[in-house]
Amino acid sequence: MAKYEQMKTLQDTTNEVLDLAATHFKVPREQLTPDDDFFKRLGINSLQALDLLTRIEQHFHIELPDYELQGVSDFRTLAERIQSRL
Amino acid sequence: MKQFQGKTLSWKCGEGCIELVLDRAPCNEIGSATLPEMEQFVETLTTMQGEAHALIISSARKEGFCAGADLRELYRESQPLAATERLTRLREFLARIHRVMNAIDSAPLTTIAAIQGIAFGGGFELALVCDLIIADKTARFCFPELRLGLIPGFGGIPRLKRDIGNAVVRDLLLTGRSINATKAQSVGLVSQVVAEGDALRIARSTAAQLKKFDRETAAAAKNFIKPIPYDELRREIEIFCDLFTRPAVEAGLRKFSESADALPYLP
Repeated sequence: MAKYEQMKTLQDTTNEVLDLAATHFKVPREQLTPDDDFFKRLGINSLQALDLLTRIEQHFHIELPDYELQGVSDFRTLAERIQSRL
Repeated sequence: MKQFQGKTLSWKCGEGCIELVLDRAPCNEIGSATLPEMEQFVETLTTMQGEAHALIISSARKEGFCAGADLRELYRESQPLAATERLTRLREFLARIHRVMNAIDSAPLTTIAAIQGIAFGGGFELALVCDLIIADKTARFCFPELRLGLIPGFGGIPRLKRDIGNAVVRDLLLTGRSINATKAQSVGLVSQVVAEGDALRIARSTAAQLKKFDRETAAAAKNFIKPIPYDELRREIEIFCDLFTRPAVEAGLRKFSESADALPYLP
């Protein structure tokens, strides 16, 4: 599992984040793109963003401190933060 | 069955278990509405505890267990007051909440916090008075107080220190970061991590197990292993009150109060 995680590309990670967000917040996957502002596109507040963070940590088996998301609002940058923890 | 239905919480006692359910929108913030009902609960607890082996504290709010102190109310109500009166009121509030927390902490029955979603600030502190924490996979624990220029004020630091290593306490306190249920279990804070939505069910199942044991023996074991850090709790109130008078805190609380977001101090 660990080896597989290390082999993920940023694009893989971005796609998985988009899939996760679409499924959890019930938004059609095709409506989400890497450069979307996830707060606006998903219509979520800080509490729901925290919920997304929890699901990301579970999905990728990582620990991502919430302060790492300071100033992050698009899926691509979020995926970069995740990638650095894989 | 003994039961109570209040505006912010309810409880019932039956089959050897007391269940306290927090239910105040948006996420069980503890303020002038919740505190008197919590006080009423701990008063009743002394009469109910002879009939029960366990107490389960849970939340009816899907948003989470408890978001902590009602900071918007605290800020709003403190604004018209002179500095000395502000501090006097704060001390009274903290003394009252500490009495509630200490009563649950020292109750001679096994207490279980069933957590989903956020347990932040005072919500985390309420979980920490319990003997066992059962968290579902959506749970997150956090002491965000430093983001507002404060420290936890409901007894969180001494109780966290009682339960886990000092390095982890410093990490949570000084970074103000939130951790998920799995991490909380790995540091020894959470006893069981369960599927989303299952915390209360597993807490009830755990309570049923406790019922098999002699109540006095369980109480003696708890009393032996779980000292109440009264001196540190008093010291925490003093530090909290000293910090509260600083302009940085007023600015932090103002910013918090003016935001419509649930957790505006995040990330």
